[in-house]
Amino acid sequence: MWIRRISAVAALCFTTTAVADINLYSSRKEALIQPLLNQFTDKTGIEVRLLTGKDDALLSRLKMEGTATPADLLITADVARLHRAKEMGLTQSVESTTLNSAIPANLRDSDNHWFGMTSRARPIIYAKDRVDPAQLSSYEALTDEQWKGRICIRSSSNVYNQSLIASAIAANGVEATEAWVEGLVNNFARPPAGGDTDQLKAAAAGVCDIAIANTYYLARLVRSDKASDNAVAEQLAVFWPNQNDRGTHINISGAALTAASKNRDEAIALLEFMVSQEAQQWYAEVNNEYPVVNGVESSDVLKAFGTAKSDNVALSKLGELNQEALRLMDRAGWK
Amino acid sequence: MVGQSLFAGSEVFSHLLNTVLADYVLNSLILMAGVGIGTVVMGVPAAWLAAMCDFPGRRWLDWGMLLPLAMPAYVIAYTYTGMLDFAGPVQTLLRELTGWSYGEYWFWDIRSHSGAIAMLVLVLYPYVYLMARATFLEQSSVSFEASRNLGYSPFRAFLKVAIPMARPAIIAGVSLALMETLADYGTVQYFGIPTFSTGIFRTFYGFGDANGAAQLASLLLLFVATLIFVERYSRRKLSYNVRAGSRAMASRIHLKGRRAWLAALACFIPFFFGFLLPAGQLLFWSLFEAQMPWSDFLSLSWNSFYLAGLAALIAIILATLLAYTQRFNPSKLIKQASQFAALGYALPGTIIAIGVLAPLVFVDQTLLAFSDRFGLGISGLIFSGTLFAVLFAYTVRFLAVALGSIQSGLGQISPSLDEAAKGMGRSPYQVLRQIHAPLMKSSLLTALLVVFVDVLKELPATLMLRPFDFNTLAVRAFELASDERLIEAAPPSLMIVAVGLVPVLLLNRAISRHKH
Repeated sequence: MWIRRISAVAALCFTTTAVADINLYSSRKEALIQPLLNQFTDKTGIEVRLLTGKDDALLSRLKMEGTATPADLLITADVARLHRAKEMGLTQSVESTTLNSAIPANLRDSDNHWFGMTSRARPIIYAKDRVDPAQLSSYEALTDEQWKGRICIRSSSNVYNQSLIASAIAANGVEATEAWVEGLVNNFARPPAGGDTDQLKAAAAGVCDIAIANTYYLARLVRSDKASDNAVAEQLAVFWPNQNDRGTHINISGAALTAASKNRDEAIALLEFMVSQEAQQWYAEVNNEYPVVNGVESSDVLKAFGTAKSDNVALSKLGELNQEALRLMDRAGWK
Repeated sequence: MVGQSLFAGSEVFSHLLNTVLADYVLNSLILMAGVGIGTVVMGVPAAWLAAMCDFPGRRWLDWGMLLPLAMPAYVIAYTYTGMLDFAGPVQTLLRELTGWSYGEYWFWDIRSHSGAIAMLVLVLYPYVYLMARATFLEQSSVSFEASRNLGYSPFRAFLKVAIPMARPAIIAGVSLALMETLADYGTVQYFGIPTFSTGIFRTFYGFGDANGAAQLASLLLLFVATLIFVERYSRRKLSYNVRAGSRAMASRIHLKGRRAWLAALACFIPFFFGFLLPAGQLLFWSLFEAQMPWSDFLSLSWNSFYLAGLAALIAIILATLLAYTQRFNPSKLIKQASQFAALGYALPGTIIAIGVLAPLVFVDQTLLAFSDRFGLGISGLIFSGTLFAVLFAYTVRFLAVALGSIQSGLGQISPSLDEAAKGMGRSPYQVLRQIHAPLMKSSLLTALLVVFVDVLKELPATLMLRPFDFNTLAVRAFELASDERLIEAAPPSLMIVAVGLVPVLLLNRAISRHKH
């Protein structure tokens, strides 16, 4: 009796679920990927198993599992992590004309190790009643005396900020960027806390007048069912900085084929599906991200934010500069 | 070893030393001091009142005060922030009523040290309460009555007799709370307070530097080792063994009038702020504001429940073995081994997950190579890719909780009792069954309860180690919250609390039935 029970429990612990066709490690949340995977399975008959987690944790797991890893694909919500995966030797090159022709060159790895699937911008968002957009020009100009105590932005632990600072280093060099970041920190309205949405709400509530946040967070507030969210969005507007030089900073969510993938063809089929019209459309509509593929339209909310020149720096460069950015922020006292 | 890793000199570590390390240390110390004081102030008087006195509402407050145990610290932090932040309903209402705007009035900033301390105290005081109450209940009524006969007022008897006798249990509870504080990642990260645990993450991930992270972790362990030392020291100095036969409290002190209401209030406040208010807010969000994907809640709840149940069983079995080995074989080596095992509790779950994954993957890879060579047909990662890894990590992390409770229970059974029983010709097995089992029951149940609820709330290790297509309530809540959809995270958070309530209530009933 007991033996049977114990062996039942043991069986439960060691069950490796039925073998699927592709295994996916994703730092994109389940809600933002599973529906697409279901579409893919319906279309191709290829089954996909999903494991979500934090990007860094997934990287560690992938690294430790080495050649034994079940994972075929890695999906992350930021370029720095894709670059790190490549550096760690966890990914492999993919030759696909579909991918290469669909995705602009600056949004994918030059060795074809990773591919941007969606893009998002990180512009300046201001409170309409307190800021005249004519006062705004570039990220660099935010160190001006007039913005003292008026800027909200989240912690330097956040990878979106690390990539933003990396893009400044790429454009202006370390020294100038460090001086700029010090000035920026000086103008913070409060020590960084909370996520991007919290910065937007803070700007609306008057804690600060300017927030730096990803576009889809603002779009989400615009489209929310809650009147209080709509009211927050109502008070804010997007300003596209650096239009006279490098352009507004953008980032991607992207995917890479793992070095140890055992289902190469099926995995590449999924990558190609992700840049298909229908998949790109889905991301544009559901998460208010910018499609990476030309010819697919952004959601109406994003269109209303206007179009802008975006920073065309190769995103892999931001991956290389990630550590430098993080140290610089530590030195400048960005919590 | 700690010293070596500190001075081995990683370049990143010296960067940290020059920039942020002082902050990490200071913030962690501030949080620990605040949580230590807060949990004692909230937990000990309430435990004594609930164990020794009678006042209106005592019966339900007695278990009501345990309910915050079911509330994860990050959930209570999200909830109170949602309520009290400048954009939340409270301050918005204040601004509408008064016409003030931001900056024209003072309001408690919840994203601060005091805020983090308040959140942690609200969910961690039950450890102190639980352990102190168990001891107060087990304290001989004789000692209390003797002190009363000496002319002590009940209050003085509480201060002079009950508290000193319960000190080992109180310190055990506080050190659990402090270890949880050190391991906490969700709350401090959300509030933007840089501590050791967030620092380890940043070093390991941000800088990709395992050595630097290991050095930070060693420094953290130094804190923990100090804590454990203090705890053991206090226990060594003060060991009161219960005399069997004089256990039951003859009668409770009946409080009347204003005192009764004050007592009820002292017990109601922790219950209200630690459970009722945040759970009410979660319920409100779930019912009226969240668009609920209820569909897979049953399977999520079931996954959470059986995982927690299994882990709790494994932990108490191992803890019991360790505690008894130590009692019957009081060698230094075993003592150190069990203290070492306890360190896991203060480590953030992710660090443990990484530590667990490495050896399991190694075993798996060896197994795979072996199977390839001899054609055994093993495919997949049998240990690291399955629930085994998750359960293993839970055991590492939560063994200390089980061990603490079981050891303090065992410490209350005088070794002379064993000797006497042996002298009467009882075999060791009979001693265990006839003497220890009934005396240990409440400690075992406490251990089971605490591990169960802890596992239910655990996030980082579950997130990192779970197999494909396997989610728990905590994972779902985290996914939504980290995507800044706090309201949508309310239903799964509420379910964690609800699933956690079941064992809290059942076990509490079993413990108190056993007592009377």
